[in-house]
Amino acid sequence: MLKIDRVTKVYKVGTFGGDEMTAVRDVSFDVNPGEVISLIGESGSGKTTVGRMILRLASVSGGSITYNGVDISTLKGRKLKSYYADVQGVFQDPFSSYNPIFKADRVFKMIKDAYFPGMSKAEWRSKLGASLEAVTLDPVQVLNKFPHQLSGGQLQRLLIARALLLDIRILIADEIISMLDASTRIDVLNLLGELKSRGLGIIFITHDLSLGNYISEKTVILRRGLIVEMGATEKVFGNPTHPYTKMLLASVPQLHRKWDEVAKELEVSDDLLIDPDAAKRVYESVGEILAPDALDSVLVETESDHVVRYSPEEAKEKMKSPAKEKKKSPPARKRG
Amino acid sequence: MTRSDQKHDGLATGASTAAVASGAAGGAAVDVPSPKVRTINRRFEFLYFAIRNNKLILGLSIVIICFLIAIIGPLLAKYSPFQYTTSYWSPPSSRHWFGTTQDGRDVYAQFAAGMRSAFLIGTIGGVIASVVAMLVGFTAGYRAGIVDEILSMVTNIFLVIPAFAVLLVIAGFLHNVSIPVEGLLVGLLSWPWAARALRAQTFSLVARDFIGMARLSAQNSWRIIFREIAPNMSSYLFMMFILLFGGAILISATIDFIGLGPQFTFTLGKMMNEAQTNSGLLLGMWWWFIPPGIAITAIVGGLYIMNVGLDEVFNPRLREM
Repeated sequence: MLKIDRVTKVYKVGTFGGDEMTAVRDVSFDVNPGEVISLIGESGSGKTTVGRMILRLASVSGGSITYNGVDISTLKGRKLKSYYADVQGVFQDPFSSYNPIFKADRVFKMIKDAYFPGMSKAEWRSKLGASLEAVTLDPVQVLNKFPHQLSGGQLQRLLIARALLLDIRILIADEIISMLDASTRIDVLNLLGELKSRGLGIIFITHDLSLGNYISEKTVILRRGLIVEMGATEKVFGNPTHPYTKMLLASVPQLHRKWDEVAKELEVSDDLLIDPDAAKRVYESVGEILAPDALDSVLVETESDHVVRYSPEEAKEKMKSPAKEKKKSPPARKRG
Repeated sequence: MTRSDQKHDGLATGASTAAVASGAAGGAAVDVPSPKVRTINRRFEFLYFAIRNNKLILGLSIVIICFLIAIIGPLLAKYSPFQYTTSYWSPPSSRHWFGTTQDGRDVYAQFAAGMRSAFLIGTIGGVIASVVAMLVGFTAGYRAGIVDEILSMVTNIFLVIPAFAVLLVIAGFLHNVSIPVEGLLVGLLSWPWAARALRAQTFSLVARDFIGMARLSAQNSWRIIFREIAPNMSSYLFMMFILLFGGAILISATIDFIGLGPQFTFTLGKMMNEAQTNSGLLLGMWWWFIPPGIAITAIVGGLYIMNVGLDEVFNPRLREM
């Protein structure tokens, strides 16, 4: 349905825009109906930028994003409007998602004016009520209020309710759980599950591994704008291969196991957890593999539906084994 | 803080009088304020806060009084501003409310005509400058990139032109400018700083997520600019208009005071010019030059006080409700 094909985003930085910063490099994945994809990565890994590019809030510097076979960068006017009727997003910062001088429910009014201009008041009210009920909000508590009078969780759920007003096919959920407390968190997760069963494709952007594991079919792990590991969630989480993924998984606190048990299982060396310097060294060496100088690193399919990024030498060794190379980064290096 | 306290006091007083009234009737202690006190009709919300803001009321009153003088004043004048009467040098009297000049013309008639000119030139100059500033500032800030570069370059060029010197040259060259032409010239030369400020404000607002939300709601650029961005700086836009309005009055008064303004219409600046060139100051004819001075101060000052009040009304955070 939605196809992200070798998408790159380059920002001009510096005083006179002379330098370039690549936020997303060569990212490819597909979103199908009824599928939840987790984009996981640390801050600055480019996961939000991917979401913004899909929502057409950021332009694409290279590659293409196609929806039902149409390149979304060509959409304009009415076609763009119908694209937004299918693809909606919820941003990570609920406080800045509302125009502070207007009441919060204005986001609903905009949807009504744009997409349901002819709908009667009563009909709209029941539609809105159903939408608010789905996110467990009490209309009396949240309607006719200014954004600064509502909590982050309420604002976040209002945004989800806003997206639900439209009969959407794809939802970009950028850190939508992080503002919620534990009780509403499970409500929203269940809501996402229900949407999934209705056939929605959901791109779930998060830095929380356990949430990603809980909800998604497919996991994409990003670091510095590059995919380091991608595949079916149970394969990525069950058989983490890239050192960065291993490190991420080892750093999640678990209720019933000690840290060193997890580390042993994931073949992360023990002193990594005891000695902060060692952890830093590993972190930096992972960084080197993904640094701009290591652009010739490649994604290798280690098993079906599971690809991992390797440096060229490692990749060659892997290639000797039956698993075939899936894709290669462009050899031509950009500046940097 | 004090501001919001006052607001709460106002509301609390309403509630407590209701409580007292019902307490007197029923005898029971009614401490909980009735919820009706807090329920304000959406539409009249701004009005509700507006009529409770002393600064706004004060500023608006001054401006309205000046405006009424500009509208009604000339109708009450018994003489034409250019008409020579037989009483020279006379201080204010029942016949000549503001006295007469040394050549026997009625100061009140000149003053009333000058007030009218001041509002006319302020409106023309302020509106033209505001419109240009908004077009340039919003477009540059919203579009960014190459459009911004070009518009910023034009703005900077206009900014470094010594506007007042150019105005003097043009006014001298055109010889006898009319009020609308003077307003147009003042307007076309005084927008750049406002455009730059608007551009900067727009830049910071465009980066906020609610602009993205508006785009996701299929709003087009103009709707986003005028319904999302502009309302966020409504008090700023108003202040900008006030400064441009007041600025147009001040600049034109200066031009007129130098004697390069309209010849066949009276303005406040022209009054002061005549008072000065005819030794009104030396001869102590205070009724000649003080009224126009007070009028200019009142109009500009009143607008400024009004703006401070409006800021509190428009910004829900300042009113803390």
